[in-house]
Amino acid sequence: MSTALVTDLTIFVLALLVGIEVIGKVPATLHTPLMSATNSIHGIVLAGALLIGVTAHSVFGYILAFVAAVFASANVVGGYVVTGRMLKMFRRRTPVEKGQGGGE
Amino acid sequence: MSSFDTSIQLIYVLAAACFVIGLHLMNSPATARRGNQASTAGMVIAGIATLVLLIHSNSVTGVGWAVLIVGSAIGSAIGLFAARDVQMTAMPQLVSMFNSVGGGAAALIAIYEYVHDESSAGGVLGTTTVTTLLDVIIGAVTFSGSIVAAGKLQGLIPGQPLIFRGGRLLNIALGVVIAGAGIFMLTTASQPALVIVLLAALAFGVMMVLPIGGADMPVVISLLNAFTGTAVAMAGFVIANWALIVAGALVGASGGILTKLMADAMNRSLANIIVGGFGTGDAAVALEGAADAQVRAIAADDAAIQLAYAAKVIVVPGYGLAAAQAQHGVAELASLLEARGIEVSYAIHPVAGRMPGHMNVLLAEANVPYPQLVEMDEINPEFARTDVALVIGANDVTNPAARRPGTAISGMPILDVDQAKSIIVVKRSMGHGYAGLDNELYTDPKTSMYFADAKKAMQQLTAAVKTLVG
Repeated sequence: MSTALVTDLTIFVLALLVGIEVIGKVPATLHTPLMSATNSIHGIVLAGALLIGVTAHSVFGYILAFVAAVFASANVVGGYVVTGRMLKMFRRRTPVEKGQGGGE
Repeated sequence: MSSFDTSIQLIYVLAAACFVIGLHLMNSPATARRGNQASTAGMVIAGIATLVLLIHSNSVTGVGWAVLIVGSAIGSAIGLFAARDVQMTAMPQLVSMFNSVGGGAAALIAIYEYVHDESSAGGVLGTTTVTTLLDVIIGAVTFSGSIVAAGKLQGLIPGQPLIFRGGRLLNIALGVVIAGAGIFMLTTASQPALVIVLLAALAFGVMMVLPIGGADMPVVISLLNAFTGTAVAMAGFVIANWALIVAGALVGASGGILTKLMADAMNRSLANIIVGGFGTGDAAVALEGAADAQVRAIAADDAAIQLAYAAKVIVVPGYGLAAAQAQHGVAELASLLEARGIEVSYAIHPVAGRMPGHMNVLLAEANVPYPQLVEMDEINPEFARTDVALVIGANDVTNPAARRPGTAISGMPILDVDQAKSIIVVKRSMGHGYAGLDNELYTDPKTSMYFADAKKAMQQLTAAVKTLVG
């Protein structure tokens, strides 16, 4: 096993543990926005898709780079926009109507 | 590593830190929006670093730039359009499609690297190949599986479990082909073997999701989400990029946790769900003793009286509520009751919607304040102090039969609706829930059945409460 692979594996395992720790604390109320947020985070794959461009000098490379760029950018842009849209809806109190005091 | 490469890697680490902070802020609805902003900032940083890297490499051709820019522009437009227009009831489909394209992009990266390495260096490094293989396999399974899942959720593919003869055998065969061709690739660089692995993995993804029923979708989406994360992390290994590894691991962890939560909420193992077939065959046997019991029907006026003179009401929404688009009607009725000083809260079962937390989003969209949305474990002790439990479109998750052994849903955590002083169930007919069981709650002497479409029922109840109390 190369040192680089060991380093990468270490990062992977530690990130996994951080993820478990952090995400375990997210309340069930927010599970859909959470999934949508993680969805946009895996949009980071766009970086990988763009980096294909560095070595792509053939039709095959261009096609793969193109499809990967379309996929990944749809993922990242759509993910963030829809997460933001959802989170905007979570309000502590209904903003409308004659100051009703019920609830908590 | 040159100092330039080091700086870029450090910037990627910064982006990864933003993702972690963003997810951490998601632990409360009050800070969640800031979390999304932190995460977006991380993504912008990573994007800029990648652009700098591309320019610095000085080897992207003119065509290459055109391909990347046009591709990203098209993708962004599609993503933006989909995200802006999607109905909240259709969120699961959208999330599924994002899983699909994310996994697909990750697989493409590995495919490109493999073919590129092979043609330029005349062979493939062993270490690259293991992660390359995993990336292609997981990415391809996610890509096709998520499309099938989205199709089922959208109703384009029948939601019930699609099982055909020899299906399981075919899955095993596909697994063997993937493993065989994969192991061959570890020793010999071979493009045809890669194509075989890719096609078999795509077919496996389809075959994996087809037999899974519509109501198991919360588990499937979570699982595919975990797959996407893992595929992206593998892509990070392939191109030695820490940002992808960390982000992928975070998503993998999140998907894994949600998968477990959803499976626990249905008291079913993951293997049992994947094998599929729930709600068919022997599960549909009715409970003995329940058949001869009578149900009591109630009219809108009587239900309105019960609600209007209660001190504490718990609304129990199920997917039927969302299917009937009744969430706004419920919210209106609830705020009317609240204006009378009645304590109203919502009991949310973990699998009330079609994806984890789905019901919360649907109610939040209908302007229900989030402190009123209460999780199962928290609300269950409250039912005993509740005057009226209003069950709308929920079935199996309220069935007391789950507490006894020997039924199809035995052991499934349920909402203790039967503990309330009285129960009103809004339902179109006496039809069965997903598990094909009679719901013993309906024959409980405390229960009144209000037979109506959920949306109409809410309008009638709201009108009746208004006339009743002026």
